[in-house]
Parts: sequence; C-alpha cells; structure tokens
Amino acid sequence: MSTKHSEAAERFQKNKSLAAWHDETLWMVRAKRDKISRQLPEWEELRQMAHDIKMYSNSHLDELLTEFERNATANGAVVHWAKDAGEYCQMVHRILNDHGVRHFIKSKSMLAEECGLNEYLEEKGIEVVESDLGERILQLMHKKPSHIVLPAIHIKKEEIGELFVREMGTEPGNNDQTYLTHAARKNLRHKFIEAEAAMTGANFAVASTGECVVCTNEGNADMGTSQPKLQITAFGLEKIVPDREALGVFTRLLARSGTGQPITTYTSHYRKPRPGGELHIIIVDNGRSEILADRDHVQTLNCLRCGACMNTCPVYRRSGGYSYTYFIPGPIGINLGMLKAPEVYYDNVSACSLCHSCQNVCPAKVDLADQIYNWRQRLQQYGVASKSKKFMSDGMKQLMEHPALFNAALGVAPLANHLPRFMMYNGLNDWGKEHEMPRFAQESFNEMWKKNKIQK
Amino acid sequence: MGIMDKKIGLFIPCYINAVYPEVGVASYKLLKSLGLDVDYPLDQTCCGQPMANAGFENESVKLAVRFDSLFEKYDYIVGPSASCVVFVRDNYGRLLKEEKHRCQSEGKIYDICEFIHDVVKPTSLKASFPHKVSIQNSCHGVRLMHLSAPSELNIPYYNKLRDLLSLVQGIEIVEPERPDECCGFGGMFGVEEHAVSGQMGRDKIRRHMETGAEYIVGADSSCLMHQNGIIARDKLPIKTKHIVEILASGL
Repeated sequence: MSTKHSEAAERFQKNKSLAAWHDETLWMVRAKRDKISRQLPEWEELRQMAHDIKMYSNSHLDELLTEFERNATANGAVVHWAKDAGEYCQMVHRILNDHGVRHFIKSKSMLAEECGLNEYLEEKGIEVVESDLGERILQLMHKKPSHIVLPAIHIKKEEIGELFVREMGTEPGNNDQTYLTHAARKNLRHKFIEAEAAMTGANFAVASTGECVVCTNEGNADMGTSQPKLQITAFGLEKIVPDREALGVFTRLLARSGTGQPITTYTSHYRKPRPGGELHIIIVDNGRSEILADRDHVQTLNCLRCGACMNTCPVYRRSGGYSYTYFIPGPIGINLGMLKAPEVYYDNVSACSLCHSCQNVCPAKVDLADQIYNWRQRLQQYGVASKSKKFMSDGMKQLMEHPALFNAALGVAPLANHLPRFMMYNGLNDWGKEHEMPRFAQESFNEMWKKNKIQK
Repeated sequence: MGIMDKKIGLFIPCYINAVYPEVGVASYKLLKSLGLDVDYPLDQTCCGQPMANAGFENESVKLAVRFDSLFEKYDYIVGPSASCVVFVRDNYGRLLKEEKHRCQSEGKIYDICEFIHDVVKPTSLKASFPHKVSIQNSCHGVRLMHLSAPSELNIPYYNKLRDLLSLVQGIEIVEPERPDECCGFGGMFGVEEHAVSGQMGRDKIRRHMETGAEYIVGADSSCLMHQNGIIARDKLPIKTKHIVEILASGL
C-alpha cells in the first residue's frame, strides 16, 4: 500500500537530521504566524472578510475583470487575455519579440511556473533571469521550488556556497550568509542593467483602479521594473479584488499568514507605464473558470498563495516539497493538482491525515481538508483508488455489517496476540513497520455486556 | 424533564470494543455514577469512518443506517471517541439522505467528555489520580468538535478535557509543546503513509515525554493506540490512558 508521495516521503525520512531540520524550520514560520496573528484582535473577522470578498469577487469576475480592464486601459496599460498556458506563453514571447528583447528579468510568479514560461522563452533564445534570491538559486541549480513562498527552503547554505563558487567566483568554503547574499546581489546587478524587459506576477489586481499589486521582501520586482522601458505583468484571473478597501484586508493577512511579518517589505502598486515605456497586463484563465463551476472545489480560487497551509501541514513538514508530484506542494497543491489533472496527480491525495489544521491557518478559509476528503471519494470514479485500501475497506465493511461475524472475529482475535513475531512483523505489514500491533482484549465489550459483567 | 430522565445509548466504537473494552466499561460506570439512565444497544460494530476517510464513503452507508436504527429509541448517544462521534455528526445526514433515511443520530450524538462538560455539568467527581498527565488534544476533537481552542485560531484559550481533569483529586495536568499537532494516526493514512505517520507519532510522544508526564491522556483511543504501538516498539517510558478511565478512577 503506497503512493508516489508515500514512497518519496519515506526516502525523505531516511535522512533523519535533514527531515527534522525541515520540520523545525517550517514550524518556526508557523509559530511566527501564530504570534503575529494574535496581535490583531480582529484576526478571525479579517479571515472571514477575506473569504467573503473572495467568494464575491470570484462570482463577479465578469464585472470586476472588465472594470479592471477599463481602468487599466485608461491608465495607459495594454490588457491582454490568455485562455490557457499556451496562449500566455505565446503572448509574452510576442511582446518580447516585437521589442527585440534578448534579456528578460523576472520577479517571482507562480503563474509563470504553472505555465512553464521560462522553459518556453529559453527555447526561443531569450535569457530569463529570476531575481528573487531563492528562485535565482534554484534556477542556477536547475531545480524546482519546494515551497511557494520559501522556494529554496530545502537547500542548505553549504550547497549555495558551492554553487556560488562555480557561478559567481566566490571564495571556496566561505558560506557566510551575508557574504553570499552580497555576491548574489552583485551578480544580479548586471542582470538588472542588461535586461530590456521585466516581468512581475501580481498578488492582487484592483478592479476599481486598474492597478496590480506585488508583495516582495527583496525589492527585486521594483529593481527589475525600474530600469527597462517594457514591463509585463501577468496574473491568474482569481487575483482580482474589487477595490483598495478590500485590498487592505488581504495585505493585512498575506504576510502575517505567510511569513509572520506584519507586511512584506515592499508592497508595490503598478498602475501605469513609465514615461515613454509600455506596461502590458496579461489576465490568464488556464482552467480557473472551470473550477468556478465545481461547487466542491470552488474555494481553491480563494487562495492567496501565502504558503501557511504548507507550514502547518504535519505531512508537508515531514516529507518535503519534492515528495508531491504537482509543482505546488502541501494541502493547496494536493487540491490544485487534482483540479488540473486527477489521473496524473492523484498520488498526492494520500499526503493528509485529515487533521484540518490547514483550514484553520488559511487566511481566506479555504476548506482544504474537506476537499481532500472529497477527492478521496472520487478516486474510484477515476479508476485510480488504491486496490489494497479498497480490499481492506471491503473486508471491514463485510465484517462490520454483520455483527455475528464481527463478534466471532473478536472471539478469535486474542489468538493473534500470541502469534510468533516473524509472522506479525514480516515487512508485509505496513503498520508493523512503525508500531507493535495492538493487543486484542480477551473479551470484547459486546461479550462482557452479554455476560452481564458490566451493568449493575 | 431533566437530564436524569433522559435515555442514553452508549456508543462503543469497534476498536474500543475489540482492544480497549476497559474504556467502554469506564464510560458506562462514569455515566451511571452521574445518575444517568444508560443502556448499551447490543451488537454494535463500526461507524464507518475508516472506510470513508480512506475514500470509500459508499461502504459506510449501510453501517450508518444500522447505527441510526440501533440508537433510534435513545434521547442521547454518547461515546468515548471524539473522532467517531464527530464522523457521525458531520457525515451521517449526507450519507443517509441518499438512502432516503432521515438521520436522527446527528443531532443527539456526543463525545462523552463533551456530554459531561456541556450537558451534565457536574461540579465534582469522586475520581482520584495522583499522577502527572499530558493531554493529547486530538485533531478531530479540537478542530471538528471544538473540545479545546485550536492553536491556529485567535480565540481565548479553553480546554474541556482540562476542565474535566481538574475535577480529579491529586492530578497534575500539562500539555505538550505544539499542543494540538497531529500525532499521525489518521486511519489508513497510518498504513499508507507509514514513514511520515511513524515520525509524527514519535515526535508527538517525545513532546509528551518532555513535559515529564507519566501518562498521555486523551479522548480518542485511536490516537492513543497509534502512540501506544510506537511506545511498545521503541520501549519508551510513558503510558497512555483514555480520559474516562481517569474520570472513573474512583468507581
């Protein structure tokens, strides 16, 4: 009984000290989030407001997105609509191509990751540079993010030191964080200067003003967009919020939930092109409008991509981001993967003990665990339910539906207590890999009651 | 009519029936000692939660029908397992709708701690337990049944298990660090994801041990069974006990 996730998780757990470090580090982020959320007496009301505003916005996309387009156009931006990943990649490429761009600098965008933008552009001969430090490290290592907010959280500084020796000519063996950060900064400076165009994602798009809001801690989005004349900003259509008042609810929640900061160091509002420049905004669907029609899973569109559900998830912390087969890990990733392609990403559905902690930390109250429960019910219909789990479940059903059978089984069960060890712990019994088996009582409660041993 | 005139049906989940009947016995004695009219409808089996959490909710439907009929004549259903109780409460209505069977259980089923704390409200117990205990706040008890304030929420602290344990003579009550992090049981999760589940259990037990407690005490035998299996495997110096065994200790 296993899934690709459980097998990868088992491998992750083989390195006990790294696994423990991963758990502790992300728990620390969760603890910071708890602490700072308690400084706001209205925290729970804010979460409810965020949930309600998202439910409103996502059910009024037709009005809000056209309002956004109208206002953004009036501000001087050019608004494009992409129905899927392919259209989005082609659009970005066409804009870059029309302007003769060879060097493209990007701040972090999960949408670009989702749509495979970097690979697409690199194939067309455009150099793409990630400017978020974590993303930059991964790009140089040719690795994928293992967390949506802390993409390189799984990488130790020693590995970064070695990478920088090769890529930036730093002193071998010098793994001092400040030294390495300065080296990265110097290296990136050239990239910022070289770039003919910059890209950002958007954490929020404000309908009433036509502006895109980007939250970063490194200021890399602003650094990127400050030099070249051409800026492209792209967002998934669920990023729309009605107005700045609504935006305030989300900016108060986002960094507190994600990293335990009161607010990200930079909250940049991009409204219009620079004098003499161009601002292109791409609004992307890529399957989102289909989610709108799925009542069981529509709330995934409330997600702010803060990563709090990963930090709190006891399974994510102990299995690492790479144990999931979808590019977004953790509770939200399990659900988004299933919405993308259930027959491909069903292996992640096992990565949940249904503890429901994710639902409680989620700033927009996405019903993450309830949705995972629902996906499990649908696995049979996709023909991908675990055969051994079904076998166990069928067996239990037979036993439990027939009290006489159940009682008879309980009658002989105590014999199992006396089986030789090799029969019970032979490696075929997955429970026996971690635990001793529970010992059956000599007499079940049913039996004791029948014999009048309990009631007086 | 007061609570003493109500008929209470005792719900004993399958694994308590088979592995921990003493928890059932303690539950019965405890409710009786509070002056309540308690009965045990015979031949109970399982509520269906293990199949449903594994993704086979349809295999729980017949069990739900059987359960609902078995407890038809009682005013309250009370059982010593937060997780099983909340499964009935939150899911039976939906499961039975498809069978055109009006669910009666969902509105009258209680976990025994919740029932004693919220409905019976005793101000004293005869119990005495001169030991240090560390509370196992179970996920479904905390986050679905609201037995205590979940650590994630910005709401005032409360803990119904602690309140009840406070009525016991000589007891010292503590909670572990990460007080309501999952212990990793999760039904078939514990088998399918055994590496992660085992590590979660080991981490949980270590945090209970770090409090200096002699016992891990909770309202869900499933969490305790999982941790007990690890304690036995690793030969750890701590024991588990269901809370009702402590609340019924003088009886």
